[in-house]
Amino acid sequence: MVEIVDLHKKFGKNNVLNGVDLNINEGGIFAVLGPNGSGKTTIIKSILGMVIPDNGTIKVFNTNIKKNSNYRSKIDYLPQIANFPSNLKVIELIKMIKDLRGQTNNDQKLIETFKLQPFLNKKLGTLSGGTKQKVNLVLTFMFDSPIVILDEPTTGLDPISLIRLKELITVEKKKGKAILITSHIMSFVEEVADQIVFILEGKIYFKGSIEELKTKTEQNDFEHAIANILTKNHA
Amino acid sequence: MLKILKYSFFDLMRSSWSYVYFAFYLLLGIVLLFLNSDLSKAVITLMNVIIVLVPLIGTIFGVMYYYNSKEFTELLLAQPLKRSSIFLGQYFGVALSLSMSLILGLGIPFIAYGLFKSNAIWDFSLLLIVGVFLTFIFSALAFNIALSNENKIKGFGYAILMWLFLAIIYDGLFLMSLIIFEDYPLDKVSLIGTMLNPIDLSRTLILLKLDISALLGYTGAVFKQFFGTSFGLIISIFALIIWVALPVLRIIHKSKKKDF
Repeated sequence: MVEIVDLHKKFGKNNVLNGVDLNINEGGIFAVLGPNGSGKTTIIKSILGMVIPDNGTIKVFNTNIKKNSNYRSKIDYLPQIANFPSNLKVIELIKMIKDLRGQTNNDQKLIETFKLQPFLNKKLGTLSGGTKQKVNLVLTFMFDSPIVILDEPTTGLDPISLIRLKELITVEKKKGKAILITSHIMSFVEEVADQIVFILEGKIYFKGSIEELKTKTEQNDFEHAIANILTKNHA
Repeated sequence: MLKILKYSFFDLMRSSWSYVYFAFYLLLGIVLLFLNSDLSKAVITLMNVIIVLVPLIGTIFGVMYYYNSKEFTELLLAQPLKRSSIFLGQYFGVALSLSMSLILGLGIPFIAYGLFKSNAIWDFSLLLIVGVFLTFIFSALAFNIALSNENKIKGFGYAILMWLFLAIIYDGLFLMSLIIFEDYPLDKVSLIGTMLNPIDLSRTLILLKLDISALLGYTGAVFKQFFGTSFGLIISIFALIIWVALPVLRIIHKSKKKDF
């Protein structure tokens, strides 16, 4: 579904990605992990074409994404910080995105799931962080695309919404979608992820299941396994 | 692109600044036409205001809109839309809404004055055409500056400097060079110098259309010979079109390479 070969990216003098190779050819939940500034968001933004790589190729469903924009209709993206035009109402924003991208009826169900009805006629600038994140989730999931990318989806969510999000992710996974998630909440990752993609210093350090990670680091506990990688490499 | 244009246009139409801009021209038009008996004088005063103010407003609105709609832009970038259509849509949205404020703001008092029956209709139309051109030119330049500068304050600074240079400093340098090299034949040089600055070009175009070139002396005669003919008019309009086209092309080029 997604194929990344030898991806390089520099921001000024800062070498963020140093030859990333990543292959995602089946559905499932992939957790992209790594310390702050390791290049998680840069990889995601490269797949979306928001960051232009210096070197390397990215293919989505076997089409090179360079100078292409239509492939993005197969990707749903949840950005890290939910920033929306503040003078727009929630309902107007949903309508606008539908107008730009195509019609869908999933939004009603999602609005129901996240209990957003009372906010539909409020301006986005007046919403709290958590509510904005829920709007963000509705916008992301309403198109039912085969690839879903979630950048820090849990930010600001209350416990009930978090449970609903997990349910939603599980349902989407059962449809055979490939779901990429970045998160710093290890318990969340452990609960939902099938595969871990660990990025360190701009390279893929580890790719495999949680069990494999535990064996590799000789730790019984997921959180410690991750910490183990970090201390080993930075000590 | 048209969908983005539509959203940007309506977004700006809802902002109170468009109305302030519109109301300003409305007031200016009414005051100049109804409190002033001489129509051609009114057109000259309008010209002086338009030639300085339209570029300034175009610059500020262009930069402001770009930085303010950053979030919107990022939202759009993740959608299956071409980058060029996102940025061109936003640019044309800004330029069109500003042009609308200008045309309606000045047009309404002129229609009320009974302009359609007067001979000044051509001078006035030229004034509006030039105003629209300046809006398109300066908002495109502003978008260019904003695209090249991540830092808002820097972007604003460069944009204002650009306006200051083209509206004021350029004329000063131009005059000084004419004085320094006054022993040489300068007709062609000054013609080219005028073409290279859209504000000067617009001003000359209107002044010569108003037939007051006699005030300009010998150079005026040369200019009149050039700009007064339909050939000169076509060349000048062509130069203005180039002034729109080049920055717009750079918007497309630059936006394709930018990281977000």
